[in-house]
Amino acid sequence: MNSETVRPPRRLRSAHSSLAAHGEPLVWLTGGALALAIAMISGLLAFIAFRGAATFWPVPLVELECADGRRALGEVSGRETVAAVDGRPAVSRTLLNTATFEITGNHYEWFDDSRIVGTVRPEWATAVERLEGGRFHGVPVRLVHGEQTVAEGPERAWREFERIQPGVRRRVREIVRIDRHDRGILQRQLRSARLAVVQGDLRSGRDSTAYEAAVREEQAVAARVQERSALLDADTARLREENAGWGLEFEAAGGEKRVLPLEQIVRAWQPNRLSTTGKLGVYLARWWEFLCDDPREANSAGGVFPAIWGTVAMTLIMALLVAPFGILAALYLREYASSGPVTTAVRIAINNLAGVPSIVYGAFGLGFFCYVVGAGIDEVFFRPALVADNQPTFGTGGLLWASLTLALLTLPVVIVATEEALSAVPNSMREGSYACGAGKWQTIRRIVLPRALPGIMTGLILAMARGAGEVAPLMLVGVKKLALDLPIDGTFPFVHPEREFMHLAYLIYDVGFQSPNSQAAQPMVFTITFLLVTIIALLNVAAIWLRSRLKRRYVMQQF
Amino acid sequence: MQAFTDSSPVASQGGRTPAADPPADRLLAVAAGREVPAEVHDRVLAETPVLEIDRFNLWYGGKQALHSITMPVPHNKVTALVGPSGCGKSTLLRSVNRLNDLVQNVRITGDMRLSGDSIYDPRMDVIELRKRMGMVFQKPNPFPMSIYENVVYALRIDGENSRAVLDEVCELSLRGSALWDEVKDRLHDSALGLSGGQQQRLCIARAIAAEPEVLLLDEPCSALDPIATGKVEDLIQELRGRYSVLIVTHNMQQASRTSDYTAFMYLGRLIEYGPTTEIFTKPILRETEAYVTGRFG
Repeated sequence: MNSETVRPPRRLRSAHSSLAAHGEPLVWLTGGALALAIAMISGLLAFIAFRGAATFWPVPLVELECADGRRALGEVSGRETVAAVDGRPAVSRTLLNTATFEITGNHYEWFDDSRIVGTVRPEWATAVERLEGGRFHGVPVRLVHGEQTVAEGPERAWREFERIQPGVRRRVREIVRIDRHDRGILQRQLRSARLAVVQGDLRSGRDSTAYEAAVREEQAVAARVQERSALLDADTARLREENAGWGLEFEAAGGEKRVLPLEQIVRAWQPNRLSTTGKLGVYLARWWEFLCDDPREANSAGGVFPAIWGTVAMTLIMALLVAPFGILAALYLREYASSGPVTTAVRIAINNLAGVPSIVYGAFGLGFFCYVVGAGIDEVFFRPALVADNQPTFGTGGLLWASLTLALLTLPVVIVATEEALSAVPNSMREGSYACGAGKWQTIRRIVLPRALPGIMTGLILAMARGAGEVAPLMLVGVKKLALDLPIDGTFPFVHPEREFMHLAYLIYDVGFQSPNSQAAQPMVFTITFLLVTIIALLNVAAIWLRSRLKRRYVMQQF
Repeated sequence: MQAFTDSSPVASQGGRTPAADPPADRLLAVAAGREVPAEVHDRVLAETPVLEIDRFNLWYGGKQALHSITMPVPHNKVTALVGPSGCGKSTLLRSVNRLNDLVQNVRITGDMRLSGDSIYDPRMDVIELRKRMGMVFQKPNPFPMSIYENVVYALRIDGENSRAVLDEVCELSLRGSALWDEVKDRLHDSALGLSGGQQQRLCIARAIAAEPEVLLLDEPCSALDPIATGKVEDLIQELRGRYSVLIVTHNMQQASRTSDYTAFMYLGRLIEYGPTTEIFTKPILRETEAYVTGRFG
C-alpha cells in the first residue's frame, strides 16, 4: 500500500432497489399472460360444457298464477331484471317455456314477478316432446282410443300411456324406416333402370338391341318395384291403422283440453314426480336420441347423427388427403431442393397461403373441384344422369370435394410442420446412413421419416383441429342443412363420396341463426357446440396418443 | 506459431534424411502459403496400402481446405491423423467416403484409390463405394430403431432379409465391438436407450457389420467420458490387425496408444507421416515434436 488513501470499492446499487435485477417482474408478466389465456379458454369451455350438458336434464315444471287469474305451466328458462326507465321502477321477470304455441301463439312468455301471485309444482305436470309442433306441457286427464275412453284420471291414464306408448313408437319408427330405406332402394332401382335406358340411347341409338334390352329391363324393374311398393303400402297402412285413434288428452294450464295423438309423441316425462334416477334415465335417453337419431323440426330437435357422421368422415378423409400431399411437398423442399431464392420464395408463398381467407378456398373448391373436375367426371361417367335428369353427380358439392377443399386449406399447416420436423432431424443421422452406403430415398424412408414422424403428426393434429371447425368453405362445397343419406350405406357401390352431407359446425350456424324458433333452439346450439368440441378433442387425443407411441419408439433423448 | 521463432536448421533425427534444404520453419512457411513437402518415413512406404491418397486438393467455395495430400494408408493397420483444429483431418476423412459430396460448393482435384479402384472416378458408384467403408462420427449417431436393426442397417439397405444371415452378422459385429454381453438380452430395444459409450460402440458395430475395407473413425471418443473412452480405445486395439483403420483424434495419448502410424497435419497440409513410435519419440521435424508433446496446438 502506498501513502494514498485506499479508495473504497465502488458500491453497486443495492440489489433490493433494482426491480430489473431482483424483482423478476417478467415472471409475473409472462405468467399473467398465460394465466389470462388459460382463464379465457377454460372459462369458454366450461361455459359451453355446462350449458351443453344441462340441455337434456328434466327441469321441474312450475305453474304460475298471475294476479289476473291467468295460469301458465312450463320450465323456468331465464330470469332478468329490467332497469328502471322513465320513472318506472325496476321490474324483475321470469321467462317461462310455456310450450303452448297452438293455444297462445307463443313458445315462451315473460311474467313480471310482481304480478305472480302463486307458484306450484303440479304433481302430474307432463312435458311432451312431439314429432311436430314442439313441446307441450299439461296434465294428462284421459287416454282415448277413437271415441272411447280407455283410462280416466292422471294416474291411470299415465299408467296406460306408459304401457301402450312403446308399441306405438316402435310402429312409427318402422314406418319411417320403410319410407326412407325400403322405398329409397326401390326409387334407386327405378332410377338406375331408367338411366340404363338413357345410356343405351346415348351409346347405341334407339334402334339398337342394347336399347331395347334396357327398355325391357326397365319395364320389368318398374313392374317389380310397383309390386313391392304395393306390399310396402300395405305394411305402412297396417302400422298406421294400429296407431290410429290412440290419443292422450291433456289439460293445459289455462284449463283448455287437447288430445295429442300417441303417434305424434316422441317422449313424455313428468319431471315433478321423477326421482333422481328417473331424471337420469330421461336425461340419458334424450342424449341417446341426440347422438343417434336424425334431426326433426328444422334441426332444432331430435338428433344430429348425420352431422356427427359427416364431421368425422370429412375430417378423416381430409387428413388422409392432406398427409401424403403435404409430407411429399415438404420432403422435396427440405431434402431435395437446393436452397436458393426460388426455394425461399416457395416457402414464403406457402406461409402466405395459410393466411388466405377460408371462404376463398371454398370458392376455389366450388369453381375448380365441383364445376371443372366434377363436371368432367360427370361428362365421362355419369352422362345419363346429366342428360335425363339434368342432375349433376360429382358436378356439385359433396363429401369428397369438401374434404379436398379443406385439405388444400390445411396444406400449409402440414407442410410447415413437416418441414420443421425434418429440419429437426440431426444431420449426423443422415450422414451416418449415407456412410453405411444408403441412398437418398433409403435414408429418408428408414431414418429421416421415422424420426420426424411425431413432428409430422403434430402438424396433422393442428390441421385436423383447424379443418374440423371450419364452416365458411363448406357451405359452398357440399354441406347442407339436411342430408339424411349418409355417404356410406348399404346400396351399391356402398361409398358415395359425391353425396352432400351435414356438418356440426354448420349446424351450429343453422340452428342458432336460421331457426324459426330461436329460443327453443338455443340450448341445442350449446349442446351441438359441446359435441363438436368434444369430437375434435377426441380426434386430437387419438392423434396425440399415436404420436406419443411413435415418439417413444423413434425419438428419445441421447445420454 | 510463436513457439517456432527459433530458426535453427532442422536436425535429421529420423530413420531418413529430410528433404533437401527444408524450410527453416515449415509451419510458418505453410502459414505463408508456400508449398512444403511432407516428411514421409520409409517404413510407411514399405507397407501394403489399402487406400492411397494421391495429390488430393479440396476447396470449400474459394477456400482451399486440403493442399496436395499424398499419403498411403497401410492395410490392416491403425493410422492416426493428428493436428490442430481446422487442419483438415476430418475433411480428409470425409473425402475418403465422399461424404463431402453432400456439401454444396465443394471442388476437388487429385484422386484417392481404394484397393486400386479410383474413388473419384466419375464412373464410380458412390453408394457402392460407401458400402466398402465404415464410418464412425464424433457424436454417437445411432439410428432411431432397435439395436439389432442399427447393426444390420447396411445389410438391410443392401436387400439382405435372411434372418439367419442377419442374426449372425449382428452377433459377430456386436462381439467385435465388445458390446454383445451388454446388449444381448435387449437387442430389440431402442438403440437410443443406450449410454453414450455404448452408443458409440454400437456405431462401430454398425460400421464393421458390412466387412469394410477401411474403417474411418472421426474423433470417436470426443463426446465420451473417460471410462467409455477407455472401452472404445480397447476396442480399437482389438480391431488392429483385422481392419484397416483411419482415425482422427485430438488426443495425443490416444494416438500413441492405439495407432501403428501417425500423420501430422497442419493447415490442410500433411507435415510428417511415420510409425507412431517414431513420431512420438524421435520425429524428423521439430514442429512435429512440439505438437505431439503439447508445446503447440
